[in-house]
Amino acid sequence: MAPQKPADVAVKVETTKKEVKPVVDKITVGHVHMSGCTGCLVSLADNYGGLLTILDRYADLVYGLTLADVRHIPKMDVALVEGSVCINDKLAVQEIKETREKAAIVVAVGGCACYGNITRFTRGGQQNQPAHESFLPVGDLIKVDVYIPGCAPTPQQIRNVCVMAYLLLKGTKEQKDLATAYLKPLMMAAQRGTTACFCDLMYDVIDQGLCMGCGSCAAACPVRAITHEYGKPQGQRDLCIKCGACYNQCPRSWYSFDVVDNYEAINEAIMAALQ
Amino acid sequence: MGAELGKYKSCVSARSTDKEILKASQDGGIVTQLFGFALDEGIIDGAIVAVSKDFYKKYPEKCMAFFADDSNEPFRPIPAIITTRAELMESRGTKYNISPNVSLIKEATRSFGLDKVGIVGTPCQMQAVRKGQLYPIGMRDVGDKIALAVGIFCMENFPYQSIIQLVEDHAAMKMESVKKMEIGKGKFWVYGKRGQVVQLPLKVTHKYEQPGCHVCLDYVANLADISTGSVGSPDGWSTVFVRSKIGDSVWAKAMAAGCFETQPIEKVKPGLELVSKLANEKITKNKATVEARKTFGVGKALRSPYI
Repeated sequence: MAPQKPADVAVKVETTKKEVKPVVDKITVGHVHMSGCTGCLVSLADNYGGLLTILDRYADLVYGLTLADVRHIPKMDVALVEGSVCINDKLAVQEIKETREKAAIVVAVGGCACYGNITRFTRGGQQNQPAHESFLPVGDLIKVDVYIPGCAPTPQQIRNVCVMAYLLLKGTKEQKDLATAYLKPLMMAAQRGTTACFCDLMYDVIDQGLCMGCGSCAAACPVRAITHEYGKPQGQRDLCIKCGACYNQCPRSWYSFDVVDNYEAINEAIMAALQ
Repeated sequence: MGAELGKYKSCVSARSTDKEILKASQDGGIVTQLFGFALDEGIIDGAIVAVSKDFYKKYPEKCMAFFADDSNEPFRPIPAIITTRAELMESRGTKYNISPNVSLIKEATRSFGLDKVGIVGTPCQMQAVRKGQLYPIGMRDVGDKIALAVGIFCMENFPYQSIIQLVEDHAAMKMESVKKMEIGKGKFWVYGKRGQVVQLPLKVTHKYEQPGCHVCLDYVANLADISTGSVGSPDGWSTVFVRSKIGDSVWAKAMAAGCFETQPIEKVKPGLELVSKLANEKITKNKATVEARKTFGVGKALRSPYI
């Protein structure tokens, strides 16, 4: 005869309390590391308290080098991809394809993932994989939804996209509209292609008669390759690392009145989300 | 009068109560007075302004180093970071050609170590500052350090070489002998140090304008905390729009401290009507340019930055 369950056990199970703060509304986020210097991940971490708030309220980190104990790319809402893809490395190619299959939104984080950046200049020959010589931006292998350019991308830009991605997936109608408007230029940047260096600033802004000499490009350049001669940008192209910061910071490469005209309210909304 | 003037909380005609400032200011000394007050009160630690060669000779370490070669040219603006009242006083007046002030915005928070940055600029530069705050692609830790952005009304800007051509070829004056330049009452005015005055009709200046200005859809710096310009106010006064929460707070403090003498904008001539008229003229003309760019080639468009 099977032992009888004491009566109080059943009662105990019934009184188990539900978790006070449900976490089901969080989005799942993964950090996929391709060929990059980990500077983008450091930038994400440089949000300090803000990052903890994001992880506490809006996002569960389901994949990430050293940060999540998961070996294979899981299904997730948002994949933050850092680094370019070494096409001579079978595993890297397989992982980036898998990322596209498993993630609803793929975000290319940083200059290497978006535009190749410094990895454009690699010629291989490095031990212990000297044949690993060809590196492509993520967008040359899979469709990318959102770009966060910059070398390194700024903690604030990563934070803004994280908050907006949450609002887009889980917010009210109004918040979804705001997030859509905010993310639109970064989605258009992803559609535009996989090159943006100082030359693109020449092709798409200066040569197109749009530059008015505000100085944004010089401020944005991480390697101080841009100066201004008589109010117009001059790039020292040998210094340019092809990160795309100048091009994307320029108010005449892309500019959304819908978003920027409401800068005060949007800045406040982002700060409030992180309180 | 509507969208062409941007969002604003209040609008007045004002001038500085500081006679020293007014001696060399462009109009009502609004920018100089605001930055002076903000420096004194610790609202800003320093400000990015456009200076000229005399400033550069005195304070080279405050200027963007790569402008050094051009520093001998009169009325050539050099972006610089001022941190004292003496430096501020040295930077008064409009230079009427391109000064890439935004190029210093990150550097101000780095080697200059400012936590609270003031910046003065044209409407397009205010757009650049706000884009930089919302989309800080290459502006790490800069956005929340912008403590006061003052915008100036702007119809268009000129390359430096255009200014040379206007002053030396059209107005037949030496650049070195010019005391002040001004655009007002439908004319470009050049004032000489010996007291001579030359005026050029604006139809002469149009072809020398910077082409990038022709797609700009903002006349009165809609995105500044406080924007100001001579248009709408009597001579020696400036029209002031107080726009943001920051602007409102700084303006209220400055008024309480007696920094400005003001008149209701409704009471002055020519008043907001003229500001509105010019803003609409600029926006209409430039919207047409943006439109015309779509059919510029044969089945080929020029780019539009606006999405």
